[in-house]
Amino acid sequence: MIYLKLFWEFLKIGAFTFGGGYAMLPLMRQAVLENAWSSENKIVDLIAVSESTPGPLAVNMSTYIGAETAGIGGALAATFGVVLPSFLIILLISGSYRKFRTSRIVRGAMEGLRPAVVALVAAALLSVAGSAFDVGDLLSHGNLTGIVAVLIAAFLSYKKKHPILIIAVSAIVGLIL
Amino acid sequence: MRSKTIKELFVTFFKIGAFTFGGGYAMIPLIKREIVEEKKWLAEEEVFDLIAIAESTPGPLAINAATFVGNRVGGIGGALAATLGVVLPSFLIIFLIAGILARVEHLPVVEKAFRGIRAGVLVLIGSALFSLFRQLKKQVFTYVVLAAAFAAACFLQTDSVVILILCALCGIAWTGFEEKRARK
Repeated sequence: MIYLKLFWEFLKIGAFTFGGGYAMLPLMRQAVLENAWSSENKIVDLIAVSESTPGPLAVNMSTYIGAETAGIGGALAATFGVVLPSFLIILLISGSYRKFRTSRIVRGAMEGLRPAVVALVAAALLSVAGSAFDVGDLLSHGNLTGIVAVLIAAFLSYKKKHPILIIAVSAIVGLIL
Repeated sequence: MRSKTIKELFVTFFKIGAFTFGGGYAMIPLIKREIVEEKKWLAEEEVFDLIAIAESTPGPLAINAATFVGNRVGGIGGALAATLGVVLPSFLIIFLIAGILARVEHLPVVEKAFRGIRAGVLVLIGSALFSLFRQLKKQVFTYVVLAAAFAAACFLQTDSVVILILCALCGIAWTGFEEKRARK
């Protein structure tokens, strides 16, 4: 049943995203592609939508993918799934969070998880970049537009401009070129 | 009295959910203003605890924060109210947008805009990646895990959850080993 499947996949994403934000990208990408719920390019589009609307990235993307896959029920199942692990774990440890945080197991696990998250996000970035650009025809019109947008966005990002501004300017570059 | 607190938790976190773009650390200033200064639900230094907990537990920071504060102020009912409050704005807005976007995404104008946007998002991911990388401890163990996890993800197409669990176990073993050595 699709609702159960959505709930389960997004529960996994919620339970294994350490660091929030873009740390969920590799897990989200894997779940979406394995179940053929959407495409690699669509994930990137969804990041843009999620960054330009209020609320946490993970919640926004879960709601969207759920809605697109199975309507309102799907949106509810996916969002509920992604939120539930955080909710339960915080309730569980809230009485003894200082002990939890300084315990050797938690500290040790984080030592391994932090670099793992960086590696997974890097791998996901390579793969979404590969699908955003046309690797077969490097000098295609689309690629040139993309390169110009990347350069401008990189400059704005270096200048610490807000993500929404970066997305808006990239959209304009896409429209003009 | 109690139901008033529950309602206040819901409304406060609804506001936080509705006015934080991008989530995560972007919501810290708002949490400070609403939760610490206005409502006095947390002390200033507890915000650091909150961030530290959010970083060592899975899930979005917003959810962790809402559940933590809600539970502190109003027990399980408070946790539910705050978490529902922080999620609801995203849910409603995205649900609306999903319906609209599905209808317009095949228009040539929208397709062209998204061609640019996709490139911009790659930069956003890249810059998030860079700041995650910079926060890592500069030690050999970190780089070994990083290289191994990257190779497993890229070349072996290993499941992300499996990679995360294995790396967490390595971290636990390595920390135990290091601390035992330090004690000798």
